[in-house]
Order: sequence, then C-alpha cells, then structure tokens
Amino acid sequence: MMKMTSPAELEKYRSSILEGIDSGRPSVSVCCGTGCSASGALEVVSAFERLLEEKGIQANINTKITGCHGFCEQGPLVLLSPGNRLYCKVTEEDVDDIIEETLLANRVVERLLFVDPVTGEKIEKEEEIPFYKKQLRLIFGDNGKMVPTDIRDYLSLGGYSALAKVLKGMGPQEVIQEIKNSRLRGRGGAGFPTGLKWESCDKAEGDIKYVICNADEGDPGCFQDRSLLEGNPHLVLEGMIIGAYAVGASQGYIYVRNEYPLAVKNFSTALEQAREMGLLGENILGSDFSFNIKVVRGGGAFVCGESSALITSIEGRIGEPRYKFVHAAEKGLWDRPTVLNNVKTWAAVPLIINRGAEWFSEIGTEQSKGTMIFSLTGKVNNTGLVEVPMGISLRELIFEIGGGILEGRKFKAVQTGGPSGGCIPEGLLNLPLDFEKLAEVGSMVGSGGMIVMDETTCMVDVAKYFLSFTQEESCGKCVPCREGGEHMLKILERITRGEGEERDLELLKEISDTMQCASLCALGKLAPNPVLTTLKYFPEEYLAHIKDKKCSAGVCKELIEYLIDPEACTGCGRCLKACPTGAISGEKEAVHILDQEQCIKCGNCMEVCRFDAVSVE
Amino acid sequence: MVSITINGREIKTDQEDITLLQLARSEGIGIPTLCFHKALLPYGACRLCVVEVTGGQNTKIVNSCAYPVREDGISVQTNTPKLKQIRKNILEFLLARCPEIDMVKKMASGLGVKEKRLPEKSLPEDQTEECILCGLCVRVCGEVIGKEAISFVHRGAEREVAAPFYSQSKDCVGCTACHFVCPTGAIKVKESGNKRFISPWNTEITLVTCEMCGISFAPENSGEYLQAKLGLPAEWLKLCPQCRRKVAAETMGKYDFTSRNVILKK
Repeated sequence: MMKMTSPAELEKYRSSILEGIDSGRPSVSVCCGTGCSASGALEVVSAFERLLEEKGIQANINTKITGCHGFCEQGPLVLLSPGNRLYCKVTEEDVDDIIEETLLANRVVERLLFVDPVTGEKIEKEEEIPFYKKQLRLIFGDNGKMVPTDIRDYLSLGGYSALAKVLKGMGPQEVIQEIKNSRLRGRGGAGFPTGLKWESCDKAEGDIKYVICNADEGDPGCFQDRSLLEGNPHLVLEGMIIGAYAVGASQGYIYVRNEYPLAVKNFSTALEQAREMGLLGENILGSDFSFNIKVVRGGGAFVCGESSALITSIEGRIGEPRYKFVHAAEKGLWDRPTVLNNVKTWAAVPLIINRGAEWFSEIGTEQSKGTMIFSLTGKVNNTGLVEVPMGISLRELIFEIGGGILEGRKFKAVQTGGPSGGCIPEGLLNLPLDFEKLAEVGSMVGSGGMIVMDETTCMVDVAKYFLSFTQEESCGKCVPCREGGEHMLKILERITRGEGEERDLELLKEISDTMQCASLCALGKLAPNPVLTTLKYFPEEYLAHIKDKKCSAGVCKELIEYLIDPEACTGCGRCLKACPTGAISGEKEAVHILDQEQCIKCGNCMEVCRFDAVSVE
Repeated sequence: MVSITINGREIKTDQEDITLLQLARSEGIGIPTLCFHKALLPYGACRLCVVEVTGGQNTKIVNSCAYPVREDGISVQTNTPKLKQIRKNILEFLLARCPEIDMVKKMASGLGVKEKRLPEKSLPEDQTEECILCGLCVRVCGEVIGKEAISFVHRGAEREVAAPFYSQSKDCVGCTACHFVCPTGAIKVKESGNKRFISPWNTEITLVTCEMCGISFAPENSGEYLQAKLGLPAEWLKLCPQCRRKVAAETMGKYDFTSRNVILKK
C-alpha cells in the first residue's frame, strides 16, 4: 500500500479504487460477525469459495466477508446484489442453490427468504423487512457493504474523506465547533455533550494530551460496540484521529475487552493499514499533525467500562473508579488532559464532519440528536442490533422493528440501558426514546441494551437477576455499593423464597436511596434502578410474593408447584423419563403422579409434555 | 480567594488544592470520616464525609474529603436529614459487617443507629470480621512507606486486603504502619524472641538483635531499605534506640562526620 502524503493524493487513490469497481457484477456478502460465525457463516464462505471455483466462475462474482448486519437471530445472513436480496439462516448445503438459482439464473430461493412472524409473508429485499424498514442505519449501515479488513472497501464508501476535509481546511477550533453544533452526546450512557468535553480538553493546560476509545462493552446482551469494531473499524479509527486533531492529542488508546478477539484483530488490522497509508502516525496525510493509537485489552471487569476505572486500568493499576471532581478532560490518563468517548460516539464524528452539524442535529429529539444503536433482545420475534433515530417510541421499536412478542404472548415490561437500567411497563410504551425521557421514568439509554419481557417473566426475579449482576461486578471500594447492594440482594432472595416481609419493601427503597446518593461511581448509583422501577411499576408482584407467597409468572421455585392434570394426561411417559429426580410415577397409559416432595421444579416435565397436561401454579 | 458558606457560615480561603473536609475541619466544623487520614491522599470509600453542595439551582451530594474548594459562592450543608440518613445507613452496613468492633458500635450509636435491621455477615463459626475495608493500611504502605506489600484482592462482597497470594510478603519491611493506622484493630502484631508476626498478612519478620544489649528491636529487612531512604549510617542500625543513645552520649565528640561513622566501643 502506498503512503499518502496529501489529502489530494488520497482522493486520487479513492478515484482509482472506484474506477476498478464493476458495479454490475453480482456480489455475495456473507455476514461473518461473531453471531453469524457462531451459527456457521465461515462454513458458508468456504462453500461459496469452493463451489465458485469448481464452477469456474469465481472471477465473475465478488465474494465479501463482511461484519455484522444486526439481524443476528436470522444468521448466517447472505446479502446478494444486484437486487439487495437477503437470505437468512443459510447453511453450506444452500450454497449450491444460491449460486445456480440466484447468481446465475436471477431466481429467488424461496426457502431462504425471511418470513414475517406477524403476517407470515416472505420478504425478498433487505430494506423491505420490517426489522430494517424503520431503522435509520447511519453508523451501522456500511457494515454489510464492506470487508472490514480491507481499507480499500472503506475508502470506496467515502472513508477518510472526513479526515481529509479536516486536514485540508478546518482548524481544530472549527472541528470542535462543528461537533458542538451537532449536539452529539456521549453514547456510552451518560450522554455528556461531546463537543463540550472536547472543548474542555482543548482548553486544559498541558503539552501531552490523550484520546481514549471506550470499547469495554460489558452489559449482558449488548454487542453494538463489538459489531462496529468488527464490521467497520476504520470508521471508529477515523473518528478518533479527527478527535485527536481537534483537542491536540498525540497519543490514543482503545480499551477493548479481551473477550472480543475479532474486534481486537480487525481494529489492529485497521491500525496497521492506516499507518501504512499515512493516515495514522507521523505527519498524517503530509500535515504536521502526528498521532498514534495503542490497543489495550481489558481483563473483563464490568466496572472498567466506567471512565475513571478504565483510565486507572490503562495506567496498569487495579481498575477501580476514583472520584471525578476534576474531569478527565482536565486531568485524566496519567493526570494529563484526556478525552474518553464510547465507540459509537467516535463513529458518529466522521459522519458529522462529512455531512455537517446541521444535518445531524435535525435527526432526533430536542435534547438528544442523531441515532442510537440498541441491542434488542428478550421475548421479541426479531432480535438483533437496531439503529434508530432518537425519539422513536418503545412501541415502534418493540412491535414494528421487533415484530412483537414471541408466540403471541402478552408484553409485560422492557428493560433499557443494561443491568443498571429500569424496567418500563406497558403504560409507558409510547415514550419517545431519548436520554431525558428514559431518565424521567427511572431508566436510561445507557449503552443501548433493550431486553423485552413477557408475562412469563417475574419482575422480582428480574430485579434480583440484575442486582446480582451489578453486585458480582461491584469493585467493592465504597461502602454503599458493596454492602448496600449485598443487603438488597439478600432481601430480594428472601422475597423470592417466600420469606419476605412487607417492611422489606421500605428497606429496599431506603438502601436504594443511599446507594444512589452516596455511591462513589455510576455503577453503585445506578444499580438500584431495576429494583426501584419494578417496585414502582409492579408493586403487586412484590406483594403477591410477600403476602400470598405466590409467583404469578411461575418463575420463583420456592413459590410454585407443577401439577399434572389427570384429565389431560395420556400416560405417555415422556415427563416420567425427563424428570431428573424420579418424582413422577405411573404405569404406561395410566395417569402420571407427581410427588411434590421429590420435585425440584426444574420444569422439564412441562417442557416435554405434548398434551399440555402439566401446569405451573 | 474563594468564598463559600458552610452551614450558613461564610468562609474564605486562598489555599489552593484545599478540600471541603479540610476547610470545614479547620473552621471547627466536624464531618465524620473513616477512610480519611491527613498523611494520605483522599480515597472516597467510606462515604461518611458526604455533604450537600449547592451551586446555582443544583444541589449534589459529594464526598467532602476529595471535593476541591474552587467554585466561588457555593453553599455547603454538612448535616441535613438526608445526609444523616445516609451516614446512619452506612453505619448499619458496617455494623452488620463488623458487629464485634467497638469503634463501629460507638460510631453507629453516635450516628443514630438504634436497632439492627440487617442480618450480620455470615462467616465460619470461629471467625469474626474486623476489617471495614477503609484501605488505610494499603495506602499507608504504598503512599508513605513506598512499599505496596499489601493490596486489595477480589472484588465486591469478596473484597479483602492481603499480602500477595496470602503468603509471606516479600516486600513487607515489618514497619507496622498498617497496624498503626488501622481504625478497628484488625491488624495484629505479635512479637516473640527475635520474630515479629503480622497476622492478617501471614508475614513473619526477623528482628535485629542489638549488638550491645542483646534485645531484638527492629525488622531486619527494613535496615537496608531505611538506610537507603534516610541515608543512615550502617552501624546505627545495629544498636537498639537505648544503646544508641548511650553510645551517643559516650562518644560525644567522637563522631566522624566525614564518613558518618560512630566509633563503636567494643
């Protein structure tokens, strides 16, 4: 690869790449993000390579291994152009049909099309699938169009043109002003205005400054940062280079979880390529701006996603938060002025520079601009990563993009913002999603987790689950988080065992208040959110556990019983075989009996029964 | 010059880097703390020193031990019902953790804890929890002694202080500064013959025996460390403090200032 010594040279090189692209040539893009790879995408790729070669047509067809397309549940995904046809759950065996039918004869392979769970209709084009239709894929959209390990693909889609624009004619102040005007807010959760952060770092005294990319994504079920780093690492990198130029940083760090090997690999490859091309390192694009980036791999502690703990961890010490009365922008990494932003925040920067602050600030709500990527999971039909404009309602997100609740069951709540977010009830489904609105109802945007729950979910159990996560991940430094959280968890365990008392609810609220007000960092301050919101919106469930010793969702083992309906039981013996403790007895073709003494409430019997004879009460 | 009010009283300071806690205490306004020590950097773990800071329309609760006094005109409250509630809760937590510690019991009753509402920490029968995890020991070892012989291990409810791998710390110089700063008496030091044993760290230290009177008086492995750090004469560390004084008196005027050696009497 040639080293570019000026923005003009980069543009020339881009033109030469674009000239070499035959847009009429059929192409196959196989998603090889972590999700699709786990469901067999790599085998699909090798089947394509093998069969195209066998058929002697590999030169006529482009095969691309791309990053995550977001619709992981339907993976492995294969996108074919022309036509933008999307095939779902593709296996090795399907590849021959795809080549013969679609690529060579331009016919659709019906069985691989997406079936709308609501209408039962088969949908051919990616953009017509409801999951994609309502999305606004500004940051995430290019993931499916490029090979993340090939910088030429990124360049062909306009990559590094924002950097070239900045170096060609924007001063650092102008860049900061543009980001301020765009009203971009931090996508890591807190929503701090990015432009203001950059400005304070720029104004802070010091000859050495740093920028950091926080890729320590730790929320259970969240993987948007990983997917961006895997699928479009250069976008994040370009954002960081522009940010460093704006604040005058000479060194950058990306702190990424070691559990994200593909993200580490693809980002490291991007760094190498950018260095070779003169987009990173000394005298970037021939200018006098020099900047470099190091990859730091995190050991997997959730609390290291907290900015001060992350900085301490990069410094080589135990990743524990410290008080932040002096902002990192003034005194951060090694006490030098530091800008720390989330992966998605950095990724938004090139877009804003290219398309302008005005364009960006027109998307979203009054207070929250742009788009947000959510990890939509739980009891919805379509799960995956969705990028939507800020301000979209929860209802649209869950029922239109998400395709509604699994198996037609009833919606109960949605938990947003990761383990420290709150549970939002049905009555608030029309709530527009933005930083302020979610905070008002006791939840948060957070890093974009979104877990949908239906009537089979026990809200006390949910609160217990999330609190046990934050307790497990608490660093233990400050008393309210370490001890308070532990006591709250014990109380919730008591309630789910049927040993709760009514005064426990007051105690839960009191401890929550102390944790929120007095904890050292956001982990402790936010950890009570799931408890407080479930107490607020689902008090009757708590009372049912405490007073009636009942768990209406049938989840809390100490409070439920499995029953065999003698009318419905055919004596088939399936439950008897599935029971791990031998609690079920009965002759063949005679009604089976469940001995409650021996039952461990695993639910196997209910799962295997074909006659709906087992119920839970 | 920054001018603020604490509990309605106007206070001015021109000291840079002064914290709210220091300023309040210098004015005779008491704020309880457990993890603060004037010889150490603020740590912010016990959260007892929380105060309410109001600037403009916003009131926030912050730990005063680390909050820098640099915004003119802020008003600070140190003892509102909310803060009392927080401190009471914190002591309830600590009392449930360390029910046997007198200092915790006294502080808890002083801060309004009347009944035990929380279950005590469950431990094996013969054990009691004595450590409140204030971190003074870890910090004095690192910040003052410059050794880092002990550290926090594990996280969350499992957090504790230990020497590496729970065995004899190679870095420990046996100075017992950790024992000195511990507010609960959790760090116990025993001496027997020429051995010093620091119990929670499983660390045994050999003491130097005085060349003159034969008593054991100072950790052997701290000799070299102190000598390098303080520039002491090597012979000086071979005598116990009493004998040293005795020698000093007897050798008055015989001290060799160029080599910094005392001519010892055999």
